[in-house]
Amino acid sequence: MSEREILAAKKRFLELRARALQLIRAFFDGEGFLEVQTPVLTGAPAPEPHIRAIGAGGGYLLSTSPELYMKRLLAAGFDKIYQICPAFRAGERGRLHHPEFTILEWYRLGADYKTLQADCQRLVRGVCEAAGRDVLPRRGGRALDAHGEWGRLTVREAFKKFAGRDPGAYPSQDGFDTDLVEKIEPHLGFPSPCILEDYPAGQAALARLKPGDPGTAERFELYWAGIELANGFSELTDPAEQRARFEAAIEQMQAAEGLDHKMPEAFLESLEYLAPCAGIAFGVDRFVMLLAGTDDIDSVTAFPPEMA
Amino acid sequence: MAAVLTAGDLRKGTKLEIDGEPYLVVDFEFSKPGKGQALYRCRLRNMITGAQFDRTYRSGDKFNAADLEEQGMQYLYNDGAVYHLMNTSTYEQIEMPADQVGDAANFLIENLNVSVLLFQGRPIGITLPNFVELKIIKSDPGIKGDTASGATKPATVQTGYVIQVPLFVEEGEVVRIDTRTGQYVERVKS
Repeated sequence: MSEREILAAKKRFLELRARALQLIRAFFDGEGFLEVQTPVLTGAPAPEPHIRAIGAGGGYLLSTSPELYMKRLLAAGFDKIYQICPAFRAGERGRLHHPEFTILEWYRLGADYKTLQADCQRLVRGVCEAAGRDVLPRRGGRALDAHGEWGRLTVREAFKKFAGRDPGAYPSQDGFDTDLVEKIEPHLGFPSPCILEDYPAGQAALARLKPGDPGTAERFELYWAGIELANGFSELTDPAEQRARFEAAIEQMQAAEGLDHKMPEAFLESLEYLAPCAGIAFGVDRFVMLLAGTDDIDSVTAFPPEMA
Repeated sequence: MAAVLTAGDLRKGTKLEIDGEPYLVVDFEFSKPGKGQALYRCRLRNMITGAQFDRTYRSGDKFNAADLEEQGMQYLYNDGAVYHLMNTSTYEQIEMPADQVGDAANFLIENLNVSVLLFQGRPIGITLPNFVELKIIKSDPGIKGDTASGATKPATVQTGYVIQVPLFVEEGEVVRIDTRTGQYVERVKS
């Protein structure tokens, strides 16, 4: 197929994408959130062991997520903010991954991860209903229904149920990730979305630990049809603890790959003023893909990486 | 020395070496859970035996690209168990066991130009031209009056391979065969 034919064939999915973006904005505007824009060119993204930034020249990196900027705004008193923007991660290319993708993030001061879970439910149901996609095309032999009762599992329950192990019993990140991808994710979110929550403390770089349960982080992921749609948490607001976690991540990356990662000092400084809050990143491309009933995000992206 | 690949280089069609044998990635899926590490899930096919298996690689895994090379060769002769070919640019002769030649043997006639796939210098497969012309050495005459279109009869070509040909094709004639399907295409006027 020629490029013109490929693009023409995608037209109805690109229209659906535009509609979904309008509805997402309408949802947050209606809830009193302020839409913000933060830099795509960034000096120091959050150091996370498994996320690699793409260099942009001039001493800049392309943003891997607007998270740190969003929290700097919260620290200055912005209490409900959202953003829809491109994010960039090196080496990520698959059915559900593009090195450049569209991220939706929203943050609330004075809230925790449970509030975000309720946001997710209103957002997903609202967009599906307004887009006329209430019951979605069959996936894996099952129709998807945003309005059915949402599933809820702790990470511990999910690992015991589907992998037969306690998530804390893995000697390495390797085994945890492999079982999550191969044994657990395929079961999550049929026919309605599912919240997977309460991660082991080691699986959450920027999340707050559960008060009274330091082994567990107040982090959750939203799954639908076996696909990870969003990752949210009660934010860690303790600057010393955050610096220690970043230092550990930087050291790990230095040791494993010889990478020099800058400490995001401006963000750490802002944490001194950050009140309890929660924030979430939501994959717009994957959500539109589910609405479209297709199997890869290429189908809902006008120009996938190889056409860029 | 074969190029070193990392997990990030894996794609459908990547050829890599595992335990001293060449493998082709026939299916590939990239996964990355939440904040976890990337997993590169591959279905691999052994390019010599055809055996398949699944393996998951992780970021940081390294392996050698399969040391594969295609060379233009001319088929010379065989002594039953071993096929002899000659590199058309270096004139170097190589030997290839019959089981590596496989079904290509049905279409190999002396002086035929083929492409040979070598793994670490060892021949592991032959790619034939899409069409070859072979002589019919045995075929019963078509029965007169049987003119139903599409009617065929068996015919043995010079390599010993048996194909179905239209009734009008006679012993001693040359026919064109599609090596990808193994089927008769047309009669070649000599």
